[in-house]
Amino acid sequence: MSDSVLFDAPGPRARRRMRWVNAVAAVAVAGIGAVVLVRLGAKGQLESQLWTPFLTGDAWTNFLLPGLRYTLRAAGISIVTAGIFGIVFGLGRLSASRAVRTVSGAVVEFFRAVPVLLMMIFFYLGLGHLHLVDPTDLPLVAVVLGLTLYNGSVFAELVRSGVHGLPRGQREAALAVGLRRSQSLRIVEVPQALIAMLPALASQLVVILKDTALGYIITYPDLLDAARRLGSANGNILQALLVAAGIFIVINYALTRFAGLLAGRVGRRTAGRARAEAPTLVVATRDS
Amino acid sequence: MDDGYLSQYLSLFDEFDVAAAFWVNIQLTFFAGVLALVGGTILAIMRISPVPSLRWAGSTYVTLLRNTPLTIIIVFCVLGLWGQLGITLSTNFQTNFFRLAVVGLAAYHAAFVCEALRSGVNTVPVGQAEAARAIGLGFWPAARLVILPQAFRGSIAPLGNVLIALTKNSTVAAAGSVAEASGLMRTMIEFRPDVSLAIFLTFAAGFTVIVVPIGLATTALSRRLAVAR
Amino acid sequence: MRTGRLAVALTAAAMLALAGCSSGGDSGDESTGESSADVTGGASGTVRIGIKFDQPGLGFQDGDEYTGFDVDVAKYVAGKLGYSEDQIEWVQAPSAQRENLLQTGQVDMIFATYSITDKRKEVVSFAGPYFVAGQDLLVAADDDSIKGPEDLEGKNLCSVTGSTSAQRIKDEYAAGTNLLEQPGYAECVTALTAGTVDAVTTDDIILAGLAAVPANKGKVKVVGNPFSEENYGVGLPKDTDKCQDINDAITAMIDDGTWQELLDKNVGASGYKANADLNPPTPAACG
Repeated sequence: MSDSVLFDAPGPRARRRMRWVNAVAAVAVAGIGAVVLVRLGAKGQLESQLWTPFLTGDAWTNFLLPGLRYTLRAAGISIVTAGIFGIVFGLGRLSASRAVRTVSGAVVEFFRAVPVLLMMIFFYLGLGHLHLVDPTDLPLVAVVLGLTLYNGSVFAELVRSGVHGLPRGQREAALAVGLRRSQSLRIVEVPQALIAMLPALASQLVVILKDTALGYIITYPDLLDAARRLGSANGNILQALLVAAGIFIVINYALTRFAGLLAGRVGRRTAGRARAEAPTLVVATRDS
Repeated sequence: MDDGYLSQYLSLFDEFDVAAAFWVNIQLTFFAGVLALVGGTILAIMRISPVPSLRWAGSTYVTLLRNTPLTIIIVFCVLGLWGQLGITLSTNFQTNFFRLAVVGLAAYHAAFVCEALRSGVNTVPVGQAEAARAIGLGFWPAARLVILPQAFRGSIAPLGNVLIALTKNSTVAAAGSVAEASGLMRTMIEFRPDVSLAIFLTFAAGFTVIVVPIGLATTALSRRLAVAR
Repeated sequence: MRTGRLAVALTAAAMLALAGCSSGGDSGDESTGESSADVTGGASGTVRIGIKFDQPGLGFQDGDEYTGFDVDVAKYVAGKLGYSEDQIEWVQAPSAQRENLLQTGQVDMIFATYSITDKRKEVVSFAGPYFVAGQDLLVAADDDSIKGPEDLEGKNLCSVTGSTSAQRIKDEYAAGTNLLEQPGYAECVTALTAGTVDAVTTDDIILAGLAAVPANKGKVKVVGNPFSEENYGVGLPKDTDKCQDINDAITAMIDDGTWQELLDKNVGASGYKANADLNPPTPAACG
């Protein structure tokens, strides 16, 4: 950890000083929390009837759980389609043909630069006017398309950086034993890159899950939308949004921990490093 | 694309001010970026400080904010900060929402800036700090002269990615009553569905023009400033 | 060894995908009645009716059932057409998708605060109207200073993003109105009860439905001075043959007192009274 870089083990004086700072900081943090709670209480936002609706079975079985199911469904489909998109265009960017490389590169860079929300709105309105898609499926299709194109591009970058991150010796050895370049990619490099990708892929799942929440803007009945409907019925929209945020935080936190575990597990299995900190991964911060 | 399509598409620009909408996104990105950098630096200092309560507060903040959908954060800034807590950032109604959206964007991305800076600190080998102490530098001189300069260089690339994310996420400010590009695109497509593809491509191109140079610049900068090890 | 690694990678990738999918499940459809099923019409024994799911008092998902004035009117009309309640399949009909749903045959009819306009008549047919709404204002219960849109000069007004109703007030009544746009009306009402906005605007009956929600009761009221005329019709596919039957059903509903009863039941709690000059309306001739 960074602590070890920055600090020596503190001596007795430093420890005393730290205890003081610690106490002051704790009081300050608790104080800010208390002020917020008091002011919310003064506005009547802490009254129990605004919170008890979330303890009823109805809130969960008819709103939050179905909403969560829609969220997970859009995220699940998008993971698969984005994975396919990512492998296809990732390999495209590694292709021996210059034309394929250029086209794949342009596609990937384009979709990484366009906000997901913009894509969703476009597909929702555009496909709607063309009557190509069953209107009841339209929000799902628009959400999945938006998530696929963006996250697929991120995956493509992960595949590419995963292959590039491998020691050059891997390919040289493959060519030396008589494999063709495409065979080397398929049999030696991409499998290792995929393993190296896994933790990053799992973190990207967090991004996809959070991004499904943009779907409510185009009437996809996801968790956020369900929470809003629940909040409209009970006049407690703030509380409903807070509960939805809580569910997102719990799931995403669990996923992040899972990704960390996975990184530790499979990191040892490749010649290259499992690049949990691969530059493109930080793209995981993109989009709500 | 026949002539009619093109002229119909071009006529849209007389009616809608696309450049002004993009300017709002750029302003949102700029102000939120500066605030997020400040906030993220403070958070990063909290997280690497030896004080347990500050470390706890910093990591709790990052965990909570990073895992919450941005739309919820923006809506909370309007309905919570302004609506319930009565925090007003400007006497002008629309400016107030703009600033609230800036606060929301900054609060969200500060968590990512913090992580980017922390990863930068982590790139500094322990030996650097040990060497600094060995030649007699105390905590602050060691941090200022040896560790932070290297940490900053190491975090340029991830910081660039946060900035790109922030640029694109500025579209979510639409949820906070800010008239920006994504809202305008929606209005334009609803108004003229027949040229929806051209409208979308216009806005997509706008973001590409903003985002791609940021990516190229930060990549070049991080390569140039990379610490040779 | 080589194949071993590949297998590990693929299995893990597949597991991730499955984790997403299986929890996504395949049963989401039933729970909201939103389905892509290929039922196309009443002939097969069910009727698919489009309603709003998110407007309390009009079309609203309340637990596992649907409530509201639109829903009750739809049930009555469907009953007159020979469908019992369990033959009705409810479909969510968001404003932007209503024409689309009708044109592609996804729904047989729509009861979703659907104003009859000439532009819409070009692509769909309408029966009714069964209600005449008008744009109005929702204000705090103790606020007597706002009696109409002209009084909004310098005040704070909330409406949903992309709605034209707030813009109409700025353009036609009070240019100095401060406008807050929110994703939904529930957010607007929250801002209203918190005192940060002075009024919320949209059709009066929608506002009445919001005001009738138990948590809002006594805190907000509809001003009751509508300044536009919205004729809510029953949306039907073009070239339908059901228009006359539906009009007869609406007339019967108004004549036997059910109409008033349903209105009171769904939005009466807010103290809202429908514009008596225009309500109950007489269905327009089909054609």
